[in-house]
Amino acid sequence: MTSVDTERALRLTVNGVPREATVPVRRLLSDALRHDLGLTGTHVGCEHGVCGACTVLVDGEPVRSCLVLAVQVDGAAVTTVEGLVRDDGRGGQVLHPVQEAFRECHALQCGFCTPGFLVTIAAGLEGRDAAEEITEEEVDDLVGGNLCRCTGYANIKKAVRHAAATMRDAR
Amino acid sequence: MTTKLFGEPVRRREDARLITGRGRYLDDIGTGALAAAFVRSPHAHARITDIDVDAALDVEGLVAVYTYEDLTGPLAEPLPVLIPHPQLHAPRTGYPLANGEVNHVGEPVVMVVATDRYVAEDAAERIVVSYEELPAVVGVDAARAAGSCVHEEIPDNVAARHHQETGDVEPALAAAPHRLSFTQYVERSACMPLEGKGVHARWDADDHSLRVHTSTQASTSVRAAIAAKLQLSLDEVEVIAPDVGGGFGVKIVHPWPEELLVPMAAIALGREVKWTEDRREHFISSAHERQQRQEIGVGFDDDGRITALDVHIWHDNGAYTPYGIIVPIVTATQLVGPYVIPVYRVVVESVYTNTVIVTPYRGAGRPQGCFAMERTMDRIADVLGLDRAVVRERNLIQPAQFPYDHHLTFQDGRPVIYDSGDYPGLLAKLKALVGWDGVDALRDDAEARGKLLGVGMAMYVEGTGPGPYEGGHVQVLGSGKVLVATGLTTQGQGHETSFAQIVASELGVPIEDVEVTTGDTRRFPYAVGTFASRAAVMSGNAIALAARGVREKALRIAADVLEADPGDLEIDHGVVQVRGTPGASIPLRTVAVLSNPLRYAFDEAAKQATQFAVQASNDKPPVTPGDAPGLEHRDYYSPIRSTFASGAHAAIVEIDPATWEIDVVNYAVVHDCGNVVNPMIVEGQVHGGVAQGVGGALYERMAYDADGQLQNASFMDFLMPYASEVPDIVIDHQQTPSPLNPLGIKGAGEAGVIPGSAALASAIEDAVGRRITSMPISPTELYDLVRSPDAERTAASARRTGVRA
Repeated sequence: MTSVDTERALRLTVNGVPREATVPVRRLLSDALRHDLGLTGTHVGCEHGVCGACTVLVDGEPVRSCLVLAVQVDGAAVTTVEGLVRDDGRGGQVLHPVQEAFRECHALQCGFCTPGFLVTIAAGLEGRDAAEEITEEEVDDLVGGNLCRCTGYANIKKAVRHAAATMRDAR
Repeated sequence: MTTKLFGEPVRRREDARLITGRGRYLDDIGTGALAAAFVRSPHAHARITDIDVDAALDVEGLVAVYTYEDLTGPLAEPLPVLIPHPQLHAPRTGYPLANGEVNHVGEPVVMVVATDRYVAEDAAERIVVSYEELPAVVGVDAARAAGSCVHEEIPDNVAARHHQETGDVEPALAAAPHRLSFTQYVERSACMPLEGKGVHARWDADDHSLRVHTSTQASTSVRAAIAAKLQLSLDEVEVIAPDVGGGFGVKIVHPWPEELLVPMAAIALGREVKWTEDRREHFISSAHERQQRQEIGVGFDDDGRITALDVHIWHDNGAYTPYGIIVPIVTATQLVGPYVIPVYRVVVESVYTNTVIVTPYRGAGRPQGCFAMERTMDRIADVLGLDRAVVRERNLIQPAQFPYDHHLTFQDGRPVIYDSGDYPGLLAKLKALVGWDGVDALRDDAEARGKLLGVGMAMYVEGTGPGPYEGGHVQVLGSGKVLVATGLTTQGQGHETSFAQIVASELGVPIEDVEVTTGDTRRFPYAVGTFASRAAVMSGNAIALAARGVREKALRIAADVLEADPGDLEIDHGVVQVRGTPGASIPLRTVAVLSNPLRYAFDEAAKQATQFAVQASNDKPPVTPGDAPGLEHRDYYSPIRSTFASGAHAAIVEIDPATWEIDVVNYAVVHDCGNVVNPMIVEGQVHGGVAQGVGGALYERMAYDADGQLQNASFMDFLMPYASEVPDIVIDHQQTPSPLNPLGIKGAGEAGVIPGSAALASAIEDAVGRRITSMPISPTELYDLVRSPDAERTAASARRTGVRA
C-alpha cells in the first residue's frame, strides 16, 4: 500500500504572474500557495474554513483556500496578500488603501489573521461604488466573516472606514 | 524635541512586513523540512497495552517513528515542574511521549516524521495503539468528589492546597453584623491564538550546533530546556521566536513535548524537521484555563463595609501541573482587588482532572478572583438595598493609603504591596463614562421597546511586571544605526515600536535609526519571558537603562573630543552638541566609531572619525581599564516587587425576553497603567482584552463530556467572538505612575479581560432579577434560569417590581 497520490500539473495566474506547479491532487490550495509556490503571506488558522485567515481571491472572489483543492482552481487567477500592492508607475510599489489603513488605524497586532482580512476587505471595497459613503452595515459585512483574537475588531472596522474614505477621495 | 517619542501614538514599525505578507511565522520557515505529526490519545484516561506501528512502515515517504521506548536519558524522564511550590504537595507532569498511561485526550503517544505533513498523517493514522480504559475524572466537582482518581497515588485528586490568611477569619465573621455565604462557578476557556504552536529544528552536525525556531513566549528558557533534555551544551543551542501569531499565555509553557521531540529528531536524522500544530491539536493538547468552584463567606456592616472575607476555591488544573500553582496563587492574591479587606482567608485546592492542562490564559486567575470579589460586592449591595457603586466606593483603598500592604504573598514570592493608584478616581470616571446614575431612564426606555435592560460594573487591581529581571542591550553602529535587543518575546504587542520609542527618547536619536530584536537567544541570552503584563515594565525599563548607559558613554567620549564637560552636552537627532553652542557638535555615529580604538578605514564613517580622534596618551592603554571598545551597553532591570495597575469596567446589556439573547449595548472601560509608552498600542490591548472578556462571559467554554471528550474542539463549535459579538467600547484613562521603576510604567496586556465576566454577570442579573452564579451564560441557560422555580430572585428586582423575593 502506498500513500503517494496521483499528481497533476497546475497552471495558475498568481498575483498577475503565470505559475506552474506539479501537486498531489489532495493538496489544499492554501498549502500549494504556501509550500509549492512559496507565498507564505497566506496563513492557515483552522483548516476548517471558519477563521478566514487563509482567504485569497480566486477570479476576484474571496475563497477560503483551506477548503479548496489546488487542482480545483487550475487555470484561475489567484490574488494573495502579496498581490495587493500596486505599481506606482515609477518603478516602485504602493500599498493598497486597505493596507495603509490597517497600519494607520492599528488594525493588527500579531498579524496572523491580517492577510485574510486584507484581501476580503480589498475585494469588497473594490466591488462597491467608491463614490458612496460606506455604511456601518457594509463595514460589519466586510469584517464579519473572519476571526481575530488580538484586536477586538474595533480598529479593523475603523480601518475599513478609513480605506473607504481614502478610495472615495482618490476617485 | 522630535525624538521625545515616549507617550506618543507612534504607528507600528512591524506592520510594514505584516500587512504585505512578509511576516515570518513558524510555518513559513524551513521549506523542504521533514514534517512531524503525532498520534494522540483518544481516551481521557487509559493504560497503553500495545503500540503497533507495522502498518505505517510501508507508507512511502515515512522517515521515522518514535515512541516512549525511543527516548533516552533526561528525555525519558517526566517533563519539568517549572515552578515548584511548597504547597504543591503532589506535582505531576507527563512525558514527552506517553509512558504507559495517558491522562487526557490529546496526550502525545507516537511521533511520526515523514517527507511532508500529508504523508506523516497517513502514517500516523495507520499506527494502532491499544488501550485499557480507566475511569475519567472530568470537571472540578468530580475531582473533588474523588469517586475515581487521575493519578493512582493521589486518591483525593488534590495537587496543592494553597492557603493564605491575614487574620483570624472565623471570629471576625462571627462578629460581623451581616453575613452571606454562597457558591459560584467559572467555566473553562482557552487562549486560542490564531496561530497554534510550532517548532522547527536544524542540526548542523559539522558545527555541532542546533538552531530551533519555536512559536513561544519564552525562547531563552526553551533553549535551556533543550540543552538539558538533549544533553547539549547551552552554547550549542540557539532558540529564536520568529513572528508569533498570538500567545495569550499558552506559549509561555515550556518545554512543550514537541519543543524537545522535534530537535531530537532533527539531530537523529540529520535533517531539518518541523511540526506545525493544527487547530484540533491545539484544542486537545495545548493548555486551557479558568474553571473554578468558589465558596465565599463574607461579613459586613450596615454600611456595606466588609469586615471579613473567607474564600474556598477548587481549581481544576487538568491532568498535570507543569506550571505549578501560579494560577491558584494569582486568584488568591488578586481577588481582594482595590478594596480594604480587614481579615481575609483564602484556600485554593488545585485538583487533577483527566482533561487538558491548565496554565495561564490572559488574566491568569485574575478574572476568577475578580468574579469572586465583585459578585460579593453586588450581593452586599443587594442585601442592604444600596447602590452597587456606593458599596464599592465605601470599601475602596484611598489614595492616601499607598503604598498599601495586603499582607499577602504574590506569585513572585514578594509581598502584595500596591505601589500607587487612585481607585475612587477610577470609579468616578467609570460612573460618568457609562452614565451610571441615569440607567433607570434607559431601563424604562428599553422596557417600552419590550427589552430588559441591566447595568453592571466590576473593578480590579492587576499585579503586573513581576521579576526577577529582564535585560536590554543597546549598541550604536558607525552607520548611526542603533541596535536594541531584549530576550523576552513578542506575540503582537508591538514591542519593536514601543521599545524603539523608549530608546529614541532616552538616546535622542530618530526612531528610524532604531532596530529592535526580541526573543532571539543569539542577540540576548538572558530573559524570563512575556507573561503577567511584564514586557513594557521589565524590558522597557531594562532597555531604558541600557540606553542611558550608552548615552553616558557617548557623552564621555564626545566631551573629550569637544573639550567640554559631559554635563553641558545633549543629544538631539543623533548629534551630540554643546548645549547653547551651535557648531560644537559631533554625530553620534562618529562617537560610535571613536569608541573603538581599532579603526580601519573601511567606510566613510571611519574616515570622518579620524578628524575627531584625540591624540592617545602614551602613558595609558588604548582601552582604559574598566572600559570596553564599542558604543554599547547592556543593563538589567530587576524590580523589588510588582507594580499594580488598575481599572474599572461597566456594561449595559439589553435582553430580549423572547429569545433571551444578550446584547451588550454599552461597554465602558477606565484604565490606569501608569505612564504610557504608546497610547495607541495600550488602547489596542484593552480592545483585545475586552473582546476576550466578552467571549469568556457569553460564548466560550470547553464542552467536555463525562468521558473527557472535548465535544467542541473546532472553531465551528467553540464560539470565539466575531466582530458581531464584540460591543463598541468607550475608554477613559487615568495615569498614576509607578514609583517603583525608572519609567513609571505598569503593565497593560491582560487588563482588558479581567472584569468581563464579573461586569456582565452583574448587568445580566440586574436585567433579569435572577441571581447569576455561573459564567459563561448562554441565552439557553438564561432562559432556563429565569423559568426555574428554584432560581433566586434578587432583592433589587423584588424592590423594583414590588414582588417579594
